[in-house]
Amino acid sequence: MIEAFYELFLSRYNYWMAIILMLIGLYALIAKQNLVKKLIGLNIFQTAIFLFYISIGEVEGGTAPIYLPEGVDALYVNPVPHVLMLTAIVVGVSVTAVALSLIVRIYEEYGVIDEDELMQAVRKR
Amino acid sequence: MRAKALLAVLLIGIILFWAIEDMPAFGDPQAPATQYTGELYINSVLPDIGIENIVTAILASYRGFDTLGETVVIFTAGISVALLLRRGGQL
Amino acid sequence: MRENVVIRTVSRLAVPFIQVFALYVIVHGASGAGGGFQGGVVFASSFILMTIAFGLSSVKKRFNNKWIMICSIIGITIYAGIGLLCLILGGNYLEYGIIEATLGIPHLHGYLLDAVEVGIGITVMAVMTSIIYDMAERRGESP
Repeated sequence: MIEAFYELFLSRYNYWMAIILMLIGLYALIAKQNLVKKLIGLNIFQTAIFLFYISIGEVEGGTAPIYLPEGVDALYVNPVPHVLMLTAIVVGVSVTAVALSLIVRIYEEYGVIDEDELMQAVRKR
Repeated sequence: MRAKALLAVLLIGIILFWAIEDMPAFGDPQAPATQYTGELYINSVLPDIGIENIVTAILASYRGFDTLGETVVIFTAGISVALLLRRGGQL
Repeated sequence: MRENVVIRTVSRLAVPFIQVFALYVIVHGASGAGGGFQGGVVFASSFILMTIAFGLSSVKKRFNNKWIMICSIIGITIYAGIGLLCLILGGNYLEYGIIEATLGIPHLHGYLLDAVEVGIGITVMAVMTSIIYDMAERRGESP
């Protein structure tokens, strides 16, 4: 019983944290009606994914993946998730920039940012 | 709308929590991702390339195509924002 | 923000140090923490600081849209051009070992990595500055 509790909760707490953040971001993306709040939810979701991947590649007692003077003998963390998430961060920044400029144009064109009022204004046009 | 969204999110959450017990433990040195791929990269950067930063070596030499595509992505984002938000004048 | 003496003086003092630090981060991509993307964003943040403290028109006098376009094109041309050079000399695309074997200079693999990182840094800096210029020029017109 204590073994099951330890294995499921205490030694895998990084997955719990990442999944809870993912669910918060997903809820903000679906259920909020303001366009800027949906964009914030998308950013929270992306941050949860970064934390999930980088916490997979952790080695207990390892140091940052830059060579120490000992060379190959020291213990390093896994460098592959760091590389992949560097690309993902840049893609997230690009998506946020284009989405914000789209929101600026929508506001200039219709005068509202709320989702329901926007659908009504589009149908009236 | 909010109740349906909350129900959907909770359902996805339950499915994701069910998959936690198959994942490797936090900080496990015998995890398959660290044992095969990580060791391969750590052991082969110093003989092949000779620089100290493993992450930059993987990013610019072993996975150089991905970095080229990513630079094009950020260039495209700059051009998209310029096309959407500039008024009159030239590009 | 233009009338406050403290903000103007501190921004004018801090901007050269920020730019030197950004160059340090780009160039030390190979031997410590750093790289192209990180250094490019730090460099662009110095222009953003000048925009906030001094207004858009005075920053545009020094780094206008034409130079932004030229910088971003130069950055990505450096990256793709090094790859094309590897293709011309007989290897695959972006195979740095062929240049090192042909020219015979030792440690050329590391120097080519540094050149590629400089190219990435220039492009990222130009694009981040361009995004801020475009968003600051729209002064909130409502319909």
